[in-house]
Amino acid sequence: MDALIEIRNLSVGYGQNIVLREVNLTIQKFDFVGVIGPNGGGKTTLLKALLGLLTPLSGEIIFSETMTEGKSHRIGYLPQINHIDRKFPITVFDVVRSGLMSRKRLTGRYSSEENERAGDLINEMGISAIRNKAIGELSGGQIQRTLLCRALVNEPRLLILDEPNTYVDNRFERELYEKLKILNDKLAILLVSHDLGTISTYVKSYACVNSSLHYHTGNKVTPELLKSYECPIQIISHGEIPHTVLYNHKS
Amino acid sequence: MENLIALFNFGFFRNAFLAAFIASVTCGIIGTYIVSRRIVFISGGITHASFGGIGMGYYFGFDPIVGAIAFGILSALGIEFFTKRADLREDSAIAMLWSFGMALGVIFIFLTPGYAPNLMSYLFGNILTVSKGDLISLFLLAIFVIGFFVIFYRMIIFVSFDEEFAMTNNAPVRLFNALLISLVALTIVLNIRVVGIILVMSLLTIPQAIANLFTKRFDMMMIWSIAFGFLGSVTGLALSYIYDIPSGASIIFTLVVLYGLIKSIFLLFGKVNLQQKEKGRLRNSVLSQFPPEK
Repeated sequence: MDALIEIRNLSVGYGQNIVLREVNLTIQKFDFVGVIGPNGGGKTTLLKALLGLLTPLSGEIIFSETMTEGKSHRIGYLPQINHIDRKFPITVFDVVRSGLMSRKRLTGRYSSEENERAGDLINEMGISAIRNKAIGELSGGQIQRTLLCRALVNEPRLLILDEPNTYVDNRFERELYEKLKILNDKLAILLVSHDLGTISTYVKSYACVNSSLHYHTGNKVTPELLKSYECPIQIISHGEIPHTVLYNHKS
Repeated sequence: MENLIALFNFGFFRNAFLAAFIASVTCGIIGTYIVSRRIVFISGGITHASFGGIGMGYYFGFDPIVGAIAFGILSALGIEFFTKRADLREDSAIAMLWSFGMALGVIFIFLTPGYAPNLMSYLFGNILTVSKGDLISLFLLAIFVIGFFVIFYRMIIFVSFDEEFAMTNNAPVRLFNALLISLVALTIVLNIRVVGIILVMSLLTIPQAIANLFTKRFDMMMIWSIAFGFLGSVTGLALSYIYDIPSGASIIFTLVVLYGLIKSIFLLFGKVNLQQKEKGRLRNSVLSQFPPEK
């Protein structure tokens, strides 16, 4: 089996408030899962459980051997951009390098090999010009690139992105999705988006999260899927734009 | 000028000068942490809560600073604990601790028979009455703070910049938060002797505000803060001697004036720079409307 992560009958929540019930999901090697659903439906809760920030109330999350390295899991995490304090006095290079801290002891210093790797990634992402700038001086897209470098620098097997398309312009969004397509050859991706209209066309399967989880292989959107959004808005467009229609939930 | 140099013949002045230097170092480092993490209000709460310990010291007859240390660290850890776990608004919790400490202090001092000596020096500080004992504890704290920040610098930045990301990487976030907030409390309490409860927060924030005009890097911000903190406190000390005014107040006054001066210089000369930046941004945004064909 190539499963990286197996979620079995997982229920998570905060105190008495159960947000997600009986979730089952398997993430395979080279998967590209789009996690969609209404706000408050539990997308972030699912992420937090995967990242180990929330302890399951019941059920379990099983990580394969390739996913673990010492005590930590090989997950790269790109948080929502508004989660970052932009006034914090730290440079792009230091943010990127900090992605390597999980392999460090408390007093860890970076080796020259690690510095080089961080530098290569920065070049690859096209932000070498701002390498020594403080994050307070960057645009939204530049910060996203920086955070993406931080998520990738420790060579994760799974990359989790939490709504990377908010607060950035369309051009960056397109570039990001192209980048993700290339990365997908090497690692699995879990992309969270509340914005159904602009999720990447490279997504291979969907997980609809609304207090429970429905999994759709293939990339097609159905009225049912849209209904799980409880959204009164229709998407109207003419041809030539790639569309995705998912099959109905059988619940 | 000669008068000022002659001042070094007095032991109390040498002590004050040394205290100003050591205080600038610790406050420069710890203040940069406080400002970067946006815990200025928490630190203010710790400062005032420690007054409860000072009052207890007077009443039960032990060194008020020992009481202040105990109250400072306990309230620091209390804020850290309650706002993270209990369902209580952080700022409300801080305000409660803030005034509760002051109230306790007032009650105990009121109950203490007779006159409370040196009470004013705890409220407003007096760098000129700093004792050898105070100097030694300030010095030890400085050594500890420097050592801690040099050894654990990367981890401190890692935990402070993005707590959640650090947690997903199994970093000891809780331990470091607790250690650092305790260091904040210790720094505040020991510097109460220098500038007093009411003024100590400014020693931890104004040098950083000035430093932030020059740099946006944590390590450089610490160094600039130390430099400006020292410049401000020595100038303030001299002014306090020349005009015969309280030293704590004149140090803070000097620091704020220094900030105002440098900020206005930046505003005057920065304007040209900003306009050029705006032009560049405009050109880029126009260009991005017409991306080059691939």
